[in-house]
Amino acid sequence: MSKVRLLVGTRKGAFVLTSDGKRERWDINGPHFGGWEMYHLKGSPVDPNRVYASQSSGWFGQIIQRSDDGGKTWETPGGEKMPDPYDPPAGVSNKFVYDTSPATGKPLTTHQWYDGTQRPWEFKRVWHLEPSPTDPDTVYAGVEDAALFRSSDGGQTWQELSGLRDVKSNLWQPGAGGMCLHTILLDPSHPERIFIAISAAGVFRTDDAGKTWRSVNRGLKSQSELPDPDAEVGHCVHRIAMHQSRPDVLFMQKHWDVMRSDDAGESWHEVSGNLPTDFGFPIEVHAHEPNTIYVVPIKSDSEHYPPDGKLRVYRSRTGGYEWEALTKGLPQRDCYVNVLRDAMAVDSLDPCGLYVGTTGGQVYASADAGDSWAPIVRDLPPVLSVEVQALP
Amino acid sequence: MIRVVLPAHLRTLACVDGEVTLDVEGLVTQRSVLDALEARYPMLRGTIRDHVTQRRRPFVRFFACEQDLSHESPDAPLPDAVATGAEPFLIVGAMAGG
Repeated sequence: MSKVRLLVGTRKGAFVLTSDGKRERWDINGPHFGGWEMYHLKGSPVDPNRVYASQSSGWFGQIIQRSDDGGKTWETPGGEKMPDPYDPPAGVSNKFVYDTSPATGKPLTTHQWYDGTQRPWEFKRVWHLEPSPTDPDTVYAGVEDAALFRSSDGGQTWQELSGLRDVKSNLWQPGAGGMCLHTILLDPSHPERIFIAISAAGVFRTDDAGKTWRSVNRGLKSQSELPDPDAEVGHCVHRIAMHQSRPDVLFMQKHWDVMRSDDAGESWHEVSGNLPTDFGFPIEVHAHEPNTIYVVPIKSDSEHYPPDGKLRVYRSRTGGYEWEALTKGLPQRDCYVNVLRDAMAVDSLDPCGLYVGTTGGQVYASADAGDSWAPIVRDLPPVLSVEVQALP
Repeated sequence: MIRVVLPAHLRTLACVDGEVTLDVEGLVTQRSVLDALEARYPMLRGTIRDHVTQRRRPFVRFFACEQDLSHESPDAPLPDAVATGAEPFLIVGAMAGG
């Protein structure tokens, strides 16, 4: 019997939820790092007990935590307490330092602030951690202010892949949540290809493992947010998703619009179809049906709650355009929570499981690909992220 | 022996209860105390002062002997009572909710 492990990041700590393959009864373990903002936790595909976590605080900054037993115990990589006498380790697993100009030592780039003026990059936090599919010691971090870092020593040290900022980064700007790099998709068929998404800059792709990048935003339109609606960069992409078997097909939840690309981001077209609203944050692909996708429509960018007080996950079995509301077991009145961009996850069991965490502290699970739902837990702090692991 | 009191979140991070005691060689200053603290507890690096600039994080304050020392030079001697261990050096998270 398989087991399932959910890694839930919240505003006030992390929780590890476990169940057997039926996904009916859950054990809830936590909070880990109580009182800290846990933006994201994710396990290594090749060593599921190796879990990386982003822990942060407005007071004390960024911490990287790592577990080698599936979230039971944690350590800051290379930051252990030292006995006396001691030769201290570097203790730099939370050191995210942007590259500077080799010639001048000055910041490489500036970006737009909300008022249109230019500001230098300033590190705030890690939004997303993406472990390598082949090496448990290699992990990528998407950070605010937007940049991509890589560690190849299990999170002990981090290096920026600063070629990303060569792509018109003076035109990047913060969205409401800050200027964050929130999505990292590693292409399983092209090991040197990575897609990333930034709010508010757009989607970018490298084909040489992060040395050089280009924007892949053709087809996106931001009518109200940009002076040039189809600008090369500046779009507020909320999340992108792919199915491992079909990495050239990408799905996107943009600030407004649900989009699809069939050519690895070279061009995008809208597939919002009959959604009640095409604003939202997460988007996911079914584990076994590459053309089945899920979104959670939110009323608008100024009203971050579901339309009509009904929490509805929408499913398209046609890769977009035609959507059906999934409501069984989800609150259908007086519900005004949001589901943030990293707070929806899909497991690989059969039937495929689906999970959403809300800003109201609920985590809902479906063990039948979204047909019916039940709350696993109702009263956590606001949920920032949900990841799931299917374990043997 | 220098006594240091950490805020609750940093005590958890450093896996310590109560006060931390440190041996500091030479002049006892904010910098020498924090250097010794971070050498003993490397996981605290970057949480009290910036990794690169070594400046105090904006929401962190330093108190001792009923004084706010946050804006003193990091190389200024700390009060004798801190240097002798009679009083602790307090590292405090700014009072801002949360």
